[in-house]
Amino acid sequence: MTYTQTRVSSTGRADDHDAVDDVLRILEPDGSRIADDTLDPWVADLSPHELRALHRDMVLTRRLDAEGVALQRQGQLALWAPCRGQEATQVGTAHALAPGDFVFPSYREHGVLLGRGAKPADYVLAWRGEEHSAYDHTTINAAPPQIIIGAQSLHATGWAMGAQRDGSTDVAVAYYGDGATSQGDVNEAMVFASSFRAPVVFVCSNNQWAISEPVTVQAKYPIAGRAPGFGIPSLRIDGNDALACVAAMRWALDRARRGEGPSFIEAVTYRMGPHTTSDDPTRYRDSAEVDEWAQRDPIARLEAYLRAEGMLDDSGMDQVARAADALAAEVRAACIEATTRAPETMFDHVYAEPHAAVERQKAEYMDYLAGFEK
Amino acid sequence: MTALTLGSAINAGLSKALENDDKVLLMGEDIGKLGGVFRVTDGLQKRFGAQRVVDTPLAEAGIVGTAVGLALRGYRPVVEIQFDGFVYPAFDQIVCQVAKLHYRSNGRIRMPLVIRIPWAGGVGAAEHHSESPEAYFVHTAGLRVIAASNPQDAYVMLQQAIASDDPVIFFEPKRLYHSKGEVDLDADLADAPPMHLARVPREGTDATIVTYGAQVRTALDAAVAAEDDGISLEVIDLRSLSPIDMNTVAASVRKTGRVVVTHEAAREAGVGAELIASITEECFHYLETPPRRVTGHDIPYPPSKLEKHHVPDLDRILHAVDLVLERGAGSSPTGGASAATVEGGVR
Ligand SMILES: Cc1ncc(C[n+]2csc(CCOP(=O)(O)OP(=O)(O)O)c2C)c(N)n1
Repeated sequence: MTYTQTRVSSTGRADDHDAVDDVLRILEPDGSRIADDTLDPWVADLSPHELRALHRDMVLTRRLDAEGVALQRQGQLALWAPCRGQEATQVGTAHALAPGDFVFPSYREHGVLLGRGAKPADYVLAWRGEEHSAYDHTTINAAPPQIIIGAQSLHATGWAMGAQRDGSTDVAVAYYGDGATSQGDVNEAMVFASSFRAPVVFVCSNNQWAISEPVTVQAKYPIAGRAPGFGIPSLRIDGNDALACVAAMRWALDRARRGEGPSFIEAVTYRMGPHTTSDDPTRYRDSAEVDEWAQRDPIARLEAYLRAEGMLDDSGMDQVARAADALAAEVRAACIEATTRAPETMFDHVYAEPHAAVERQKAEYMDYLAGFEK
Repeated sequence: MTALTLGSAINAGLSKALENDDKVLLMGEDIGKLGGVFRVTDGLQKRFGAQRVVDTPLAEAGIVGTAVGLALRGYRPVVEIQFDGFVYPAFDQIVCQVAKLHYRSNGRIRMPLVIRIPWAGGVGAAEHHSESPEAYFVHTAGLRVIAASNPQDAYVMLQQAIASDDPVIFFEPKRLYHSKGEVDLDADLADAPPMHLARVPREGTDATIVTYGAQVRTALDAAVAAEDDGISLEVIDLRSLSPIDMNTVAASVRKTGRVVVTHEAAREAGVGAELIASITEECFHYLETPPRRVTGHDIPYPPSKLEKHHVPDLDRILHAVDLVLERGAGSSPTGGASAATVEGGVR
């Protein structure tokens, strides 16, 4: 059997320096458009309007991310997990989704949530410590953001098994990082997805780092090269090329909708900032590496392409910048105006049905608090 | 009424649930063609098809984690963990995901998931096949924990567990799988006592034995034996370990003033510790003597040739009854052959 959709490094080594360039791409870092037989058909129909939307959402994501960092620095948020540099992977893949598809994101997928239509408060309340998950999973078709590395890959697979049983064409998407591929859950998800031909897409954002551990600690072989061993075709793409991300995701979604089962996408990208606002990346990585990746910026790349094609000009850029400022202001307002829930609510929703022990403890604690009010 | 083994009663309960709700599906290792290693799911795949009774890959986190996704999609998965000792690979999915999703989502996500676990020892099994992990799950908010002790309860409570919108860990005492009891197969679930209520299978006045699972039988045997000595023991079958029906327990302790808790699981921080703490908080002034625990030792489950020394038997329960009744030599908590020594070490 051949797995023609897989392309791995010529040396087969993920720790080969050239491995980051051993990817499918159609937009070069300088914005010039090149051809690729695998990807091209999937984006041939993208209209200028859609291309501009892609660009706009990447800019919005970056602005949202900057606002998250700023709010954390100002003490408004307890923590933030920056996604700067990963906008093309997040926005590109999310743009390819249909409303009925369901995403299972990690904590870093702000651009994916944007693509699902999250509200301003949805981005910040969890990081502020007001709620575990602010958004309603049914309105944006996204599971609560996952903190346990890789656990969501199984939920996506199970959800996909349900969609398959329902005879629907909805597809589940699990997003996780390169570090997650070392987890048992992620590997078990591939076994289940493959065995049951579940309509699920695994999107691995290989941003080179799992906190301080380089991807070479997780993988001695390109990550996309693993999936075929499970019977899952994979693509290794340039995760900073928004067009490649749309194309790969459309390829995977199409397979799933046609009943061909799971697919795996390794998007090779880079986390430009710290892992979270508590992290200090200067302790473990070289600024030269960061500078090098800055030359591959996903937004600058798409911008250059759109400008060269006459699809974007200064006034278009202004519009996008204003939209980004407006979103940031909304997010800031949602954060600052947040009200902390009453203490009795922390006992709510532990169970769906009444549970005597929780009710007893709630009553005891409320009595205790009431003692201070007299 | 029909006489059924515990295993067949569970089979009948699963069958009914599959029949009544097409969102119910069973998942597990070997549960389809083989009918499970204990044959509890025997014939179900044949009847309901491989889409409803699913033989899964051999991956416990995979089974539970995909069941989470199925529940999110509107299904009501009932998963079987092949043996108690194999639930640990799925532990993260159970305590971090299954237990918490309702809370994390402010009640928007329901996890109507049942995790069936053939449970505990006394069957001469190999290592990792006789464990009593219930305290781990009782300690985790968001899970309901049920321990069946007889065919009728197993039949009814399993259906209640499947109907519940909360996740339920459902323990099935494997040493009772083949023991028979009367089951009312037409029992109306609406009339059945809810699964969070304890049961009092034997009333008595001198002391209360609180227990669950296979130990209910042993406790009842002890009560029969004690009767020959003129001692009247009340036996409580908790049935639910989370929540614990403290009303039933406290009412009994207020009546008898003396209490023995027995379970097969290890003692330290076990369900017995929780029970006695709660009894002490609620019934301190009714207690005539210190409550006693008769439990498995704080050791890994021993090799099966020694398990009869680990699983509390009738004599160990009666010994503890003597202590709480202050009968016989060495019964004083402060003197004689120290009770603490006999019962497994001073703390
Ligand atoms: C099971 C588990 N182990 C450890 C952690 C702590 N942790 C949080 S993020 C992280 C690194 C994850 O790296 P990767 O999967 O590459 O994703 P990235 O953060 O780079 O997007 C670790 C170790 C965790 N959240 N969950």
